[in-house]
Amino acid sequence: MSTDPNIPTNGGGSAVPPVKLTRKDFVSDQEVRWCPGCGDYSILAQIQKVMPELGIKRENTVFVSGIGCSSRFPYYMNTYGFHTIHGRAPAIATGIKASNPDLSVWVITGDGDALSIGGNHLIHMIRRNLDINIILFNNRIYGLTKGQYSPTSEFGKKTKSTPYGVIDYPLNPLSVALAAESTFVARSVDTFTSHLQTVVERAMHHKGVSFVEVYQNCNIFNDHAFDMFTDRGVRDDAMIELNHGKPLVFGKEHNRGIRMRNSDMHLEVVELGNGISESDLIAHDEKAPDSYLAYMLARMEYPDYPVPIGVFRDVTKATYEEMLAAQIKTATEKMGPGNLEKLINSGDTWVIE
Amino acid sequence: MESTTILDNIELKHIEEVATVTIRFAGDSGDGMQLTGTQFTNTTAVVGNDISTLPDFPAEIRAPAGSLPGVSGFQLNFSNHDIRTPGDEPNVLVAMNPAALKVNIADLEPGGILITNTDAFNENNLKKAGYQSNPLEDGSLSGYRLFKLPISTLNRAALRDGVKLSSKDIDRCKNFWALGLMYWLYDRPLEPTQRWIETKFKKPDLQTANLLALKAGFAYAEAAEIFTTHYRVRRAAIAPGKYRNITGNEATALGFVAASVLAKRPLFYASYPITPASDILHELSIHKNFGVKTFQAEDEIAAMCAAIGASFTGNLGLTGTSGPGLALKSEAIGLAVMTELPVVIIDVQRGGPSTGLPTKTEQADLLQAMFGRNGECPVAIVAPATPAECFQMAVEAFRIATKHMLPVIYLSDGYLANGAEPWRLPTMDELPKFEVKLTTDSDGFNPYNRDPETLARPWAVPGTPGLEHRIGGIEKEDITGNVSYEPENHMHMVLTRADKVARIAYDIPDLEVFGETDGRLLVIGWGSTYGAITSAVEEMQRSGKSVSSIHLRYLNPFPSNLGEILGRFDRVLIPELNLGQLAMLLRARYLVPAVSFPKVKGKPFKISELTEKMNELYED
Repeated sequence: MSTDPNIPTNGGGSAVPPVKLTRKDFVSDQEVRWCPGCGDYSILAQIQKVMPELGIKRENTVFVSGIGCSSRFPYYMNTYGFHTIHGRAPAIATGIKASNPDLSVWVITGDGDALSIGGNHLIHMIRRNLDINIILFNNRIYGLTKGQYSPTSEFGKKTKSTPYGVIDYPLNPLSVALAAESTFVARSVDTFTSHLQTVVERAMHHKGVSFVEVYQNCNIFNDHAFDMFTDRGVRDDAMIELNHGKPLVFGKEHNRGIRMRNSDMHLEVVELGNGISESDLIAHDEKAPDSYLAYMLARMEYPDYPVPIGVFRDVTKATYEEMLAAQIKTATEKMGPGNLEKLINSGDTWVIE
Repeated sequence: MESTTILDNIELKHIEEVATVTIRFAGDSGDGMQLTGTQFTNTTAVVGNDISTLPDFPAEIRAPAGSLPGVSGFQLNFSNHDIRTPGDEPNVLVAMNPAALKVNIADLEPGGILITNTDAFNENNLKKAGYQSNPLEDGSLSGYRLFKLPISTLNRAALRDGVKLSSKDIDRCKNFWALGLMYWLYDRPLEPTQRWIETKFKKPDLQTANLLALKAGFAYAEAAEIFTTHYRVRRAAIAPGKYRNITGNEATALGFVAASVLAKRPLFYASYPITPASDILHELSIHKNFGVKTFQAEDEIAAMCAAIGASFTGNLGLTGTSGPGLALKSEAIGLAVMTELPVVIIDVQRGGPSTGLPTKTEQADLLQAMFGRNGECPVAIVAPATPAECFQMAVEAFRIATKHMLPVIYLSDGYLANGAEPWRLPTMDELPKFEVKLTTDSDGFNPYNRDPETLARPWAVPGTPGLEHRIGGIEKEDITGNVSYEPENHMHMVLTRADKVARIAYDIPDLEVFGETDGRLLVIGWGSTYGAITSAVEEMQRSGKSVSSIHLRYLNPFPSNLGEILGRFDRVLIPELNLGQLAMLLRARYLVPAVSFPKVKGKPFKISELTEKMNELYED
């Protein structure tokens, strides 16, 4: 690599660059071409804001995307960037991270890109646990192709390609990530700026794959998609913020909570008081080695449950790139550094005089 | 190798000198015929004969025992002179069961030696092979020198007292019994195979059993009064040097390791298992001490994309597949063309279309390699001509990819992949030199700055301060690399990408004509047909005919002197294992009335069918 050996690299996000960068250092010279009012602007702004705080150097950062509105993202970041082809960003990011583990690699994708055409790559990148951060912009619609339903569109939704309503059952992105054994799973909302910044920071600091779903409003083809629970007036009662070790309490008055119903092992919403106290509620455990709780939380959907945001799961296991490097190290120790002459001359040989 | 320990102790029977022998081993796919053939090949190579092999096995791992689809064969041709093909028709057929006999007997030369395992010719097996009566008894094989040997029984008798193994395990050693017999018949030493058995079988009983079987077969041939003669094929007068036997897939893998060492860039091989390319993944995954990273991807598309990602970071990004996989990779290859990154795509061609004939050879992906992508999307294409040549063409593929900054498709095929020949080992000095430069200077940097000679853009990899830039599949403005939908820029970029490929012609060797440089008939081949075509042309030349040949290792662009050579011959013949794909390209490009000679049977050309066609066209 041509990286200056005197400057620590930022693969794990631990090193601090000599000069403090600002948000502007991460803004490229390209004109942003999303529709005015698109939720993508906010996500871009929060990531550009967080980047300097993370101590990542621009030259060690690569944003990789597929196809879709969100996938224009890399052009707007003044880092290395690769706008690839539909659904394949995780596969290209895998090649980037596995071949150079020192890089901080980000995959920017959407619900169609990640879960429809790229579903296979997504689950396999996750299960390999490469140290890559995936930010999935979920707007529950195909925007760039002008308004067809996506794999996260609600059942029955009328769109350009489903004038009589969607008859596909939708996917839950977090369930998919958990089923693929993601070691970090989180959710935020485009307009919840400080929450989004915190989640992105957490994702960056997590070593191993990080999967972040961001509810993102498409004001052209699916406007108000999340208003029913994200609007200021309703959000306290319609959403719940997950905090590690804290009981699952929500509501404007902090008077409601999530409890395990032992009779049939389901989560239930309960009112605090009348003999029910916070100690009866589930205490969130993002570090649980298994993903049962995270999975149950991911299944909490509006309007039956408050919609959870925050970190569902954050556990550690060896990354793919670490293990690959370890195999190379072991093989080199065992066999000695590769010697081409020896390799060519190996096997049964004979000499013709 | 004039003697062995056993030979030293016995009185030699009559030895007859022969120049060239073609043997085919055939049996059930569980009978170990590939192993038997490989062992015979390696021993024969060590003895100093020239050799060429053709494994021929079914796609099914274990088709029902005794059935026709389950027959597995291995043909090898060895000689005291230079040979280039596995032989047109076997002189010897070893048939381990009725199905093997049925499938292969038509190929055996009239009067050829036919060795059969009579124990396997029972009613059940005869029925499975579709025989109404036992061909060993009904006189239908009277045109051959038939040897009826109860191989299973003889093998059991030899092993019964020496090892504690089940009768099933004992029976599995019978291929070594047959191999021992063949070693006697062709005067080969046992030692190379003995050494192999000793390292391969760790369990003492299995090791002893296979050694006993091998020696028993040899001793039987010597002691029993069935063979009056055995044969000797003297060393071939081949170029001096150190040799090893190598298959195309092995040579391909070693060649890419060499490319990495020579380029001083790490090799990253991403692949999804597919016949007949998987052995390249197996081989490369061993060589981790060269820093080689191998990645078994979730699918063909991911393998291509991961190779592109690795290339973006400055690794030698490599992927390998066969025809169906190349089809899946095509969109991503387009991305590599657009982003002008150096990746190499190995296509070990097999019979198509669709799943086709996975274990059989064909050359029908040429036009897919050439045109199989959306848009105007040219890539460079190279094709090794022999198993050993796979090594140098692998190095060449990355030399071109990194110097010209573009994808290169490397077209091998099933015959090259599994076929073997002696490889004269290059010394370190003989290996090509090539230099790869990563850009580090940010002064005046633009991602699509161009080298004036090659038009290559800089290889600027993440981790380099000051070179941060964005690339992608959307059309790029030349020099700046910014997204551009401008009509003039698009035309300019399409032409530039085409020109980049065209300029490789200045960077590759001119074609050499085999034979006279002008005359009556020019035969043009590419890829694995080299051996058969050259041998056939040589035969024509020996009979005094004005026939020459050229062989294309570079298919895009063509070597600069191709057009000029075409003009110096009256007739042009293009034999291909497809329906005339190279012929189509040459006719379109050079307006020559070339005659196509297609074959799509999953098998390579025989020399005889080529000479027949050449004669026909010659006299025409």
